[in-house]
Amino acid sequence: MTLVRRGVLLLALPVLLFAAWWVASAGSTDFYWPSLSSILAAFGRTWTWDRVQADVLPSLGRLLAGYLLAVVVGVALGAVIGSVRWVRALVEPLLEFLRAIPPPVLVPIVILLSGIGDRTKILVIVSGCVWPVLLNTVEGVRGRDEVLSDTCRTYGITGPLRLRHLVLRAASPQIVTGARQALPIAIILMVISEMMAANEGLGFTVVQFQRGFQIPEMWSGVLLLGLVGILLSLLFRAAERGLLGWYHGQRAGRREW
Amino acid sequence: MVAVAARAPRVTGRPVALGVLGLAVFALALEVGPRAGLVPIRYAPPTSQILVTLGEQVGRSAFWVALLDTLRTWAEGLLIAVVAGIVVGVLLGSVPFLRAATATTVEFLRPIPSVALIPLVIVLYGPTIRSTLVLVVYAAFWQVLIQVMHGVADVDPVARDTARSYGLGAWARIRYVVWPTALPYVVTGVRLATSVALILTITGQLVIGSPGLGKEIDNAQQSDAVRVVYALILVTGLLGVLANLATRFVERRVLAWHPAIRREEVTPA
Repeated sequence: MTLVRRGVLLLALPVLLFAAWWVASAGSTDFYWPSLSSILAAFGRTWTWDRVQADVLPSLGRLLAGYLLAVVVGVALGAVIGSVRWVRALVEPLLEFLRAIPPPVLVPIVILLSGIGDRTKILVIVSGCVWPVLLNTVEGVRGRDEVLSDTCRTYGITGPLRLRHLVLRAASPQIVTGARQALPIAIILMVISEMMAANEGLGFTVVQFQRGFQIPEMWSGVLLLGLVGILLSLLFRAAERGLLGWYHGQRAGRREW
Repeated sequence: MVAVAARAPRVTGRPVALGVLGLAVFALALEVGPRAGLVPIRYAPPTSQILVTLGEQVGRSAFWVALLDTLRTWAEGLLIAVVAGIVVGVLLGSVPFLRAATATTVEFLRPIPSVALIPLVIVLYGPTIRSTLVLVVYAAFWQVLIQVMHGVADVDPVARDTARSYGLGAWARIRYVVWPTALPYVVTGVRLATSVALILTITGQLVIGSPGLGKEIDNAQQSDAVRVVYALILVTGLLGVLANLATRFVERRVLAWHPAIRREEVTPA
């Protein structure tokens, strides 16, 4: 019974909103606000498997490549900067400045320096996503448990073992926070790099529809971009649960005390 | 060795000097790199040229108009998002039924990238400030809302029940129990929203062409004025730094009473 009630509570509002959109837009004659049924029809017509292969998959590939590269670079640099005090002092103001630059303004520069190919788009994504990962890693590495640090030293744990079991382990909740903050930035940069400089890709296609006043197709593209965002955040959450299960368990355990 | 270093008391003078040195080395690298031919000088002008161009820009009234447009869009968007986020957040957070009923909707709407709305606002409003405002508000709203909802949910049950036993009304409970608990979360939400709002302000101007620094950057790029592109990017970076400093300052002032901040103040001594 409670399960049913919970299900109803969870689904009632989305269903209501969807129904409201459907009803309110049914038979719409406004050129810019087509009916939901025509948007959904356009969705099926537009995003065929050919289209997906030609435009959506390359976009997602660049997104993942840029994002993963940013995480690797951010964690590697962050571990070094967080561990060595003078390096941290040296680069901290510089990092403050670099991360404060709104990443989209880098798109024109990267286009100047490396054209409008795949490399540019991946570079753009890396240059925007690396900062949250980097800065959170620095904080995480810095804030590790001192008793654990001392224990490692006493037992002579050094090098890769220490890096893996102490430094990165201790920083992992922060690293995940950084990676979570970087995800929407990656999506933003994927879309706008394709809007500004591309001849294929999800962002490019949607803008083409808008320029050609193919309004239902454009709406279907907006919906698809939304779905991509939702899907990626669900994937991220699943990955987080796998990686940080130990941490959430520990926190929950402490709270019960 | 590292652990010892981390625990040693903070020396205030040296890190600042080192930080300045870091900035100087970076500027020098960007000066020497293009001149030595490591990167094409046409596309990556040396620091000194960027600074000279920045000086020229500062003398133009168009620059100040663009800067003001950017600041206005940013501030308006942030203000709308923060007010809406707090009101909706307190409402959804304190009524369990509403929270349960809206949870899935929030979870689904939040990850929708605001840039997905770009084509939509272009056909609806054209290249106007209003178009960019929609993006800014959409992106910044969720940052505030989520934090406020967490904050309101974090209220100590004992405090809440005590307030109820003493017969505090709904308003007094919000004012004296819910608000102080939620405030640190609100401040965090505002801090996150501030930088997100700046990013979307510039993005909107860059892609939609609504007036502001982003549009100036796009214009400069179209007319091949590479140095102006770099100079204006420098300005957006400085805006970002100022915003971070300002939110951090406000955080300290507003939360001066909060244990986390008080602890932070004590440790470096």
